[in-house]
Amino acid sequence: MKKGKSTGAKALVRTLEKAGTELIFGYPGGANLPIYEALQRSTIRHIQARHEQGAAHMADGFARASGKTGVCLATSGPGATNLVTGIATAYMDSSPMLAITGQVSRTMIGNDAFQEVDITGITMPITKHNYLIQSAHQVAPIIEEAFYLAGSGRRGPVVVDIPKDVQTDEFANQHEKRRVLEGYNPTTKGHPGQIKRAAAVLREAQRPVIIAGGGVISSNTYTDVAEFVKTLGIPVVHTLMGKSAFDNYNPLNLGLFGYHGSRAANTAVSKSDLILAIGTRFGDRSTGPLASFARDAKIIHIDVDPAEIGKNVPAYLPIVGDIADVLPRLTSLLSNSSNIQSPTEHPRAAWTATLLKQRESINNGNNGKINDKGLDQARLTTPVALAAAAEAFPNALLVTDVGRHQIFAAQHFPVAAGRNFITSGGLGTMGFGLPAAIGAALAQPEKKVVLITGDGSFLMNIQELITAAETGINLTVMVMNDRRLGMIQQLQDGFYSSRFDVSRFTQDIQFDRLAADFGCRGDRAASESELQHAVVAAAQAEGVTVIDCKIGEEEHVYPMVTGRNLLELTEGEA
Amino acid sequence: MTHTISILCDDIPGVMTRISGLFSRRGFNIESLTVGHTERPGKSRFTIVVEGDDGVLEQVRKQLQKLVHVIKVWDLDHERILEREHALVKVEVHEQDRANLLQLITVLQARILNSSGSIWVLEITGDSKSVDSAINLLSQYTILESIRTGKIALEQGAKERGPSNRL
Ligand SMILES: Cc1ncc(C[n+]2csc(CCOP(=O)(O)OP(=O)(O)O)c2C)c(N)n1
Repeated sequence: MKKGKSTGAKALVRTLEKAGTELIFGYPGGANLPIYEALQRSTIRHIQARHEQGAAHMADGFARASGKTGVCLATSGPGATNLVTGIATAYMDSSPMLAITGQVSRTMIGNDAFQEVDITGITMPITKHNYLIQSAHQVAPIIEEAFYLAGSGRRGPVVVDIPKDVQTDEFANQHEKRRVLEGYNPTTKGHPGQIKRAAAVLREAQRPVIIAGGGVISSNTYTDVAEFVKTLGIPVVHTLMGKSAFDNYNPLNLGLFGYHGSRAANTAVSKSDLILAIGTRFGDRSTGPLASFARDAKIIHIDVDPAEIGKNVPAYLPIVGDIADVLPRLTSLLSNSSNIQSPTEHPRAAWTATLLKQRESINNGNNGKINDKGLDQARLTTPVALAAAAEAFPNALLVTDVGRHQIFAAQHFPVAAGRNFITSGGLGTMGFGLPAAIGAALAQPEKKVVLITGDGSFLMNIQELITAAETGINLTVMVMNDRRLGMIQQLQDGFYSSRFDVSRFTQDIQFDRLAADFGCRGDRAASESELQHAVVAAAQAEGVTVIDCKIGEEEHVYPMVTGRNLLELTEGEA
Repeated sequence: MTHTISILCDDIPGVMTRISGLFSRRGFNIESLTVGHTERPGKSRFTIVVEGDDGVLEQVRKQLQKLVHVIKVWDLDHERILEREHALVKVEVHEQDRANLLQLITVLQARILNSSGSIWVLEITGDSKSVDSAINLLSQYTILESIRTGKIALEQGAKERGPSNRL
């Protein structure tokens, strides 16, 4: 190649490096080999997944744990379509991701060529934006733009499809200028008038509550939330995505609200006169039936995406902007104001006290607490396993899969504020957990990463155990092996004719043995005492440990909203 | 209730799919859609008529605004709107009706684009209501085919109202 010349593939790799990419999660194929060729001479580390879906979730897990844009790479056709679930998962949870796909050469596009698929068409509704690159000198500006879009405003996945001949094309090393995006200008600065009005309403509120959503985590504003709570002393509830928005050990944290929320949290929202909603989209798993949602509450809604405001619930006072800009200003208005009474004198103090008392009485109901029957006889249940794990892993970065264990984990495994809880909230993707945990462990090597998964979910991407072992990460996987699709069984039990043919497995899989074959440390626990040993050992072990937790007949996960509003809860026996 | 919205966007391949795809994905119903170039090179303007209450319109507007290539979205004010629609109508007219039809054409300010024997092709321009009533009046003859462009619209007065992403 002549001096001053480059290729599309080289331009791609150089632009990725310039953007600070340390890791790419990928899988090779005919249409992305030129990119792999260029990657060989790069400082970027390639993590080879065993399925493209795994690669996508790894990039997503990496993004959620680090706040940086995760990058994944697949070939055309089936490689690209295998990414789709991962892209949709990232989209629903506003996770910044760049998915690069190989495409057949430009002259073949539209001819139904071998392994051709219209991936930009397919991913249009599940990406923030996507591109089909038409020439090599567009590669650099488009990749830069893709990073900018994925990682700004409301985060989300961006797909860049690169035809094979664009990857190999030589071009004079002069890139097209990056376009000015006239139509993309996320509002980050909150309106000062709205913030002032919010402060006034907050000062007056008798029964205020904060709803913390996933936006708090994507904007890294957990300390701003803590600061705000300290100033006003008002209770906090969180969505599933917002679990680690506020320290789970803080007494003012009433925990998860919504479909599987606690009575205290759901009461706080339902009886409130003022909700301060921070970075949440009022998804249906949170609100329950909209007609009966928080009837008496005025809602102050802070979000970076104007389209979320008023989409599901009307906002009394919308504030569009980055939480990192809005919330500190709101806090300082409230702490500076002379007429603010101390948290204990204000009428809202009584409201807070009532909620805290309600929460106490629920907690005393032995929820997930170690059984006093004698450890060896005690039946192993998911809450019991979670309590033991939480003790062995203080300050864990918790990752879950999807199902009953996911809700149990949200309820029974406390985490500190920060990027410490990763779950597929919006799409509810079984199989997300293991690859996401791998990405998270690579992003935060100093943290103890714990994956809580179910036997159903785990099997959906179990091949990534090989990847996990290869990468040298430290990771503890706890499989809640109940030989059931627990959540499905619960639904069939509650709302259908209780026939469980599709939700029970006859085969009893030994996940510890399977893990050993994949190069991991396998362990098993059938009782509480075995489990306690297993988690302590795992916490000290290097590498990947899989604990096959033999769960007996599992209890259903409660509370669960079974009526027409968030207070019509089935609570089950504590 | 129908709303007329105007969308200024980059004129690039795929922008039409992105816009129309958004409508179908979010369950918004398009009544008519027109698109064409504008006074700004490289930019197109869509005029889309949608069915729905104010809440629906608000969502449509905000979701459209999120598309990277969409620069601006207006909900055109029905009071101040200048709208035009174009229709071509092919009628079959018998000898004895010709005089009447010619009279009607004059009243409607329609034009005859083509006539071959008893088959005439008429051109009608007006706001959507007058095109409706023109077609209605013409239906006393035999309409063989008719087609409408869907409306294009602008607001009177100074160029644009404020940005549409105000909240
Ligand atoms: C890819 C995918 N397919 C199907 C479902 C529907 N689904 C939700 S929970 C669940 C059962 C999960 O079983 P398991 O992972 O064993 O967890 P458990 O509920 O037993 O804790 C199923 C099938 C889903 N969420 N994702």
